[in-house]
Amino acid sequence: MTTYKETFSRLHRAALIPFFVIGDPDSDTSLDLVKTALDAGADILELGIPFSDPIADGPTIQKADIRALAGGMTPQKALEFIGRVTAYKSVPVGLLVYYNLVWQYGIKRFFADFKAVGGSSVLIADLSIDDADEILGPAWAVGLETVFMATPVTVEDRIRRIAETTTGFIYTVSTLGVTGARDTLSDTVKPLIHKLKTITDIPVCVGFGISGPAQARDVAEAGADGVIIGSRIVKIIEDNLGNPSVMKTELADFITSVYEVLQ
Amino acid sequence: MKHKGRFGTFGGFYVPEVLIPALEEIEAAFDRWKDDPRFSFELDGLYRYYAGRPTPLYHAKRFSEQVGFNVYLKREDLLHGGAHKMNNTLGQGLLARYMGKTKLIAETGAGQHGLATAMIGALFGMETRIFMGTTDVARQNVNVHKMKLCGAEVIPVEGGTGTLKDAINDALRYWTAHVDDTFYLFGTAGGPHPYPIIVKHFQSPIGMEARQQCLDQIGRLPDIVTACVGGGSNAIGIFSGFQADAQVRLIGVEGGGKGLDTHEHCATLVAGSVGVLHGAQTYVLQDENGQIRETECISAGLDYPGVGPEHAYLKETGRAEYVSADDESVLDAFAALIRTEGIIPALESSHALAWLMSMKGKLPRETNVVANLSGRGDKDVDIVESHRPLE
Repeated sequence: MTTYKETFSRLHRAALIPFFVIGDPDSDTSLDLVKTALDAGADILELGIPFSDPIADGPTIQKADIRALAGGMTPQKALEFIGRVTAYKSVPVGLLVYYNLVWQYGIKRFFADFKAVGGSSVLIADLSIDDADEILGPAWAVGLETVFMATPVTVEDRIRRIAETTTGFIYTVSTLGVTGARDTLSDTVKPLIHKLKTITDIPVCVGFGISGPAQARDVAEAGADGVIIGSRIVKIIEDNLGNPSVMKTELADFITSVYEVLQ
Repeated sequence: MKHKGRFGTFGGFYVPEVLIPALEEIEAAFDRWKDDPRFSFELDGLYRYYAGRPTPLYHAKRFSEQVGFNVYLKREDLLHGGAHKMNNTLGQGLLARYMGKTKLIAETGAGQHGLATAMIGALFGMETRIFMGTTDVARQNVNVHKMKLCGAEVIPVEGGTGTLKDAINDALRYWTAHVDDTFYLFGTAGGPHPYPIIVKHFQSPIGMEARQQCLDQIGRLPDIVTACVGGGSNAIGIFSGFQADAQVRLIGVEGGGKGLDTHEHCATLVAGSVGVLHGAQTYVLQDENGQIRETECISAGLDYPGVGPEHAYLKETGRAEYVSADDESVLDAFAALIRTEGIIPALESSHALAWLMSMKGKLPRETNVVANLSGRGDKDVDIVESHRPLE
């Protein structure tokens, strides 16, 4: 397993972090796509376990969740999937999951099992630092890093508390709202990265609304340690359902195009 | 947040980070204004002169004869808008105004909360958007029409079963992108803190009035208080008046749908298990992996796989009991109240009546039961007709 610290310090540039819903559109294709992204230059992976009621996600990722669930994806199978990914290439794998899935699996057992398949960090979409005590102990005990979000409306004092609770990276939301590709990034993202950087030396990765190479470069130039791209990638899957080879080619081309601007 | 928002271990605020400032703002505003004399005076005036409070407590004698004990109906069906929902929308709407918000959003299942919000939107001159599942839009089209007449925009929500849960998902998503000028007027006693305590507070006049009315009209407290439970706002409202009276049994009736042996019901407390949904730790209907189940119930207003966290706590501590009534018994109760009293109850409220009918011969004659008639059933006559056509 490669840690975030090693990865970020080795890169000397913003890390490319694609996001996939595990099992979208089906388990085999999904694994193929993740491998494609790794081959095309992904430095870190952010993987999500599909949930029936993903309130932090927009329509694109919700549809991916529905596809993956219809394909029979479960938390158990998702962990096995991650094992196959980390066996293919040793990169940090961050997990994005809704709390009820972890809860039902059993918090301690879930983290131990995720660690065992080579996982690096957990971000629980609907668990803020206020109730983080429920997971910090179990996560840190097995050597997982914790990731929490900061947004343009998070006040400075709270950012400090988020930084104290985060060991992996701060997942910075570039714009208000849910996940989804957007044409323009809000003007708030640069000042936010700057603010975070003055408060903490925890790596800062930016996600939500990044739809292409130009925005990825903007975010990188603003000082982000990583660029997370989710909905845009999931859209490539959605647009090419039933044609996995085109899906793969388009994904590879897209990842490559972002990879190049980040060099 | 200043408070943890817990009822025992239940409740809390399990939401994406982006919503925390909005919830903090509402919590602070609620703390600031709820006991403020000017706010209370204004709200009391709205309750009395606009909405029609206090609502009567009515001794339903012919219905009582049929079930074999005394039934008193708390007539929230007579409230403006046709349901108890108005209590909460007036309270939260006024709070939104005091906070300087200009726009309202709300989710709705049966359309009663959506309608009550749309009415408040018109009353306060606020731009209003109502999120409603496509299934509910189809089965509650009269309420959709009324909301539009009030000037509200009704946003049909696809996804899932197109019911209340999906409407809440989308309303939460919309809110995350518009937290600066928009107040999310949450309709039920569930969701993240501070909503469960806010909704209870604004629904508490039901219980306060009912308790005093019992003392005035019966001369003593009732033996049993019952109400239907979906998310649980009307139930927590009437229960609140009797929570401290340990001798009064509190009974919540959930939607048994096509039966608890199927998955086509919404009896969350009776048949569910503890989980986290829509910002609260509470009972939910879910599969073995924690995916939320799709629910089914003849009444749209109860069709929800979660429940307010305080009800989970009342169940756990044994202070309240929770049972379910299936669709057929609800239709029986709906018909029985109309035939004996000339009152058309909402299908939601008919769940509480169905429990009363199931207790025929099982309670002493002198038993006094207060049932919350949370809404009127005009909106439901087409649904009833489709199940049991008139000759």
